[in-house]
Amino acid sequence: MSGPVASALGDLSVRIRKSFPGERASSFTLDVDFTAAAGFTILFGASGAGKTTLFDCIAGLQAPEAARITIGQTVLFDSASSVNLSPNRRSVGYLLQTLALFPHMTVSQNVEYGLNGLHGSERQSRSGEILELFRISAMAERRPEEISGGERQRAALARTLVTRPRVLLLDEPLTALDAVTKSQILDDLRAWNNQHRIPILYVTHQREEVFALGENVIALDAGGIVARGSPHEVLQRPQSETVAQLAGFENVFDCAFVADHPEQGTMTCRVAGSALELEVPLSRVDRSRPLRIGIRAGDILLASSAPQGLSARNVFSGLITSLEQRDVMVVAKVNCGTEFEVHLTPAARESLLLASGGKVWLVAKTYSCQVLQGS
Amino acid sequence: MTLQALTLTLRLAVTVSFILLIVGVPLAYWLAYSRRRWKFFVEALVSLPIVLPPTVLGFYVLVAIGPLSPVGRWYQAIAGHPLAFTFEGLVVGSVLYSLPFAVQPMAASFASIDNKLLDASALLGASRWRTFRRIVLPLGLPGVLTGFVLSFAHTLGEFGVVLMIGGNIPGATRTISILIFDQVEALDYAAANRTALLLLALCFVILAALYGLRKSAAWNVWGWK
Repeated sequence: MSGPVASALGDLSVRIRKSFPGERASSFTLDVDFTAAAGFTILFGASGAGKTTLFDCIAGLQAPEAARITIGQTVLFDSASSVNLSPNRRSVGYLLQTLALFPHMTVSQNVEYGLNGLHGSERQSRSGEILELFRISAMAERRPEEISGGERQRAALARTLVTRPRVLLLDEPLTALDAVTKSQILDDLRAWNNQHRIPILYVTHQREEVFALGENVIALDAGGIVARGSPHEVLQRPQSETVAQLAGFENVFDCAFVADHPEQGTMTCRVAGSALELEVPLSRVDRSRPLRIGIRAGDILLASSAPQGLSARNVFSGLITSLEQRDVMVVAKVNCGTEFEVHLTPAARESLLLASGGKVWLVAKTYSCQVLQGS
Repeated sequence: MTLQALTLTLRLAVTVSFILLIVGVPLAYWLAYSRRRWKFFVEALVSLPIVLPPTVLGFYVLVAIGPLSPVGRWYQAIAGHPLAFTFEGLVVGSVLYSLPFAVQPMAASFASIDNKLLDASALLGASRWRTFRRIVLPLGLPGVLTGFVLSFAHTLGEFGVVLMIGGNIPGATRTISILIFDQVEALDYAAANRTALLLLALCFVILAALYGLRKSAAWNVWGWK
């Protein structure tokens, strides 16, 4: 998927080259060129891929050698014409990994810090509004050290967003949090983004977050862009080794939500374009939107006759459409109404007498199914 | 006589510590954050009074502010009297002498502030001045106060520099330490003992207050640890 040709008013356009001459293997060059439209763009990559450096350059905390960085018509940095706006004049909201809340100020003082150009009443209403949105009004008069990690994360996010930045940079903002807090904050962030459509660059190396926020993904490796597109495109048909390793899902299905079984801790989803129903772990995803279910090919079992007495909830019969050996791994494609990729050992193929066109039963545990938010 | 010397000494210490507060804070800020290559040069210069015998410092200050130097002549033209052997001359010498005691704790305190907080401030649109006022100064306040108190206490106890550039003029340059010296020279040990004890007690109280406050919550007015 490529962005619109004529970039919209507030698009962030980034072309950066910055090298870090280090000793032998540690030398590193960041070399990227992309445009991010309003909405989430996920920067995905292993640590050391250059994500933080990229953010520092966009925010003005580091100076690249050759670069042109613009938001709409505003030039933030241009090495050709020697433009280099200082960080405080860039209108770039940047949530640092360490949050960097001011320890000597209360939450509300932190949030109002960036609003000093406004009148008192306007300042208070803006800060009150955002504290409300991020559900930290009750903590407004406390210091950062007196609130929990999740609340600190919210406070830092609120402090950044209240200034109404033209671009938002989030550097692994949720890594330290438990799953429930994390998904709540993601919900809040999505809600905010629906009101203020600005480009949001979001760094993560966690697969779940990529799919949960999934609009556009840019995969970075060793300072360069190795893939870009929707989470589906980047992670399901990975173009590079790195992305493939990070992604890990060979099977990703577009699904529709069918029913919740809270007492079981599961829910049922129907694979789009088939009658196949998968039982998957209960998840906080938005049920009104399309879902995706990811299953790793190595997590699926094959049986040559109808299995009995199994704990696994997802058992489907199907036909083997192809069978090919890659190194010491056999890749089977099985059609059960939709096609699954299954990885098994050559020994397993021998003992099951598997052959193309043969009938098999396919088994996937509920907890082998990863629920991903579609776009 | 003791009272006169005490008043003069306190007047000198107050003047010097306030001047050092005004001069020291920006200098410490520069030392803490500047990336100039020749910063080490300024650092060494500021620290020089710690190792230099007061007589050496006093001698050069005396030469520098004496009636033959440009500074001395300039001052005489403006003030109508020479700078050497006056209270103002003492202030100049004492400011230089106590400079490291003010600047070093301030610079250490500023440098220990997490750089990310300064980045965060700039990212929220704050100018350098605003970042200094709202972040650096409040978070570095313990160091600023320490520098202020130390320069005060250090000025109370100085002797060599005062002797070199101030001489021994009652009411103008005769500080407590000079008075003690005087009393010993005159073999009046009882008087010297009283005066010395007074200075000893004064310095002890100030230092005890400094270290006591540092440990108490009152020092951390902003909840800073």
